[in-house]
Amino acid sequence: MTWDNEFAMSVLPELLQGLVVTVKLTLCGISIALIVGLIAAVLRFQKIPVLAPVLGFYVQFMRGTPLLIQAYVAFFVLPQYGITLSPFVTGVIVIGLNYSAYTAEVYRAGIEGVPTGQWEAVAALGLGARRKWLRIILPQAVRTMVPVLGNYFLQMFKDSAILSAITVVELLAAAMKVGGNSFRYLEPLTLAGLLFMIISFPASLLIRRLERRFATTH
Amino acid sequence: MGAVVEYAPLLLRGLGITLLVTVLSSILVVVVAFVTGLARLSRHWFVHWPATVIVEIFRGTSLVIQIFWFFYALPLFGINLVPLAAAVLTLGLNGGCYAGEIVRGVIKSRPKGQTEVAIALGMGPWLRMRRVLIPQSIPAMLPPFGNVMIDLLKNTSLLSLVTIADLTFRAQWARSKTGETVAIFLTLLVIYFALSWLLGLFTKWLERRFSLSRRSVARPRRLQPVMGGE
Repeated sequence: MTWDNEFAMSVLPELLQGLVVTVKLTLCGISIALIVGLIAAVLRFQKIPVLAPVLGFYVQFMRGTPLLIQAYVAFFVLPQYGITLSPFVTGVIVIGLNYSAYTAEVYRAGIEGVPTGQWEAVAALGLGARRKWLRIILPQAVRTMVPVLGNYFLQMFKDSAILSAITVVELLAAAMKVGGNSFRYLEPLTLAGLLFMIISFPASLLIRRLERRFATTH
Repeated sequence: MGAVVEYAPLLLRGLGITLLVTVLSSILVVVVAFVTGLARLSRHWFVHWPATVIVEIFRGTSLVIQIFWFFYALPLFGINLVPLAAAVLTLGLNGGCYAGEIVRGVIKSRPKGQTEVAIALGMGPWLRMRRVLIPQSIPAMLPPFGNVMIDLLKNTSLLSLVTIADLTFRAQWARSKTGETVAIFLTLLVIYFALSWLLGLFTKWLERRFSLSRRSVARPRRLQPVMGGE
């Protein structure tokens, strides 16, 4: 059995519908990850006695356990406590919270990466908190953060396929569905991979360009 | 917790598979990483082009898709792998392509002087790589390699989706039998977390072991007094 072009074309519309769900999933997920990660990073930066270690553990735990298991927990355990969400919403929350642990680290590393001299200069010039953060620290931190965040964005796009395990009908699930209907997995799975490539490859080139553009010249 | 105790032997057998796959594919990851990383550094287009294409394919598509493809599409070409071999191959190639970028990046970021000195000493390209650039690069490679290994461990859970009886698969099975979802999934989370924590400690240990500390640098040999001459 080899490649069947006609069959491939016939399953393409259904796969494209799956791709739309994947893109939506990623966009919602990255929004959650960027916001929750920022909150976690800022709170950790304040070094509040109990909260900071708890958040530190949160970050470690989210990074130390597989996304698939986290998705299972949200999908199977939450309904037992009376919280029933649609698979899509569950998926968005899980992947968003999972990546918030990574984005929190990116924010932290970005802020800590601003050279000590800059912090000292701010103190020496007696600049206020607003000017210190908005004019001096953040503009320099963002330069290093943007390419890394872009990479995580891309990683999330690819990882969202894992959520097919909790019955979110995204690209992979769509491919498996049409494959199962006809007992031909070659074309749907290959096309699904190609669709991932078509988006992620140009995106990775774009990130590489951003990296070069934002590279600090010390 | 009754279910966890009752199904402990099964879960342990699953854990064994998880660890086996992790260890085998981590070996493959290191091999693939150095092959693709060095190939992409090559000056010859017929070496770096294929490597680039392979790396971009594995990094550009989702790992789950690759796993499903290796399990459901590859047999259609008449290539029938034992499930465990297919699993190790997929995880190893995928992780290796990510790690290969680390190899390439770190070696490329070595100070140019090192290459120039090696050339001045009359070392050929291969000797330069083997004796100078790679040994220097290992300490810088270790932390990102540790991350790749932790990702690899977590990614083994995806194999449960293609019915490989790893820890996740066994846990799902025990869950469907007993319905004790909370206890079983909590155990699962704790085990994975402990494993990645241990992997993290191991990487830290390796980092200390291979760090380019002053103490580990060999002292220069005292020069022999020059007899006669001058």
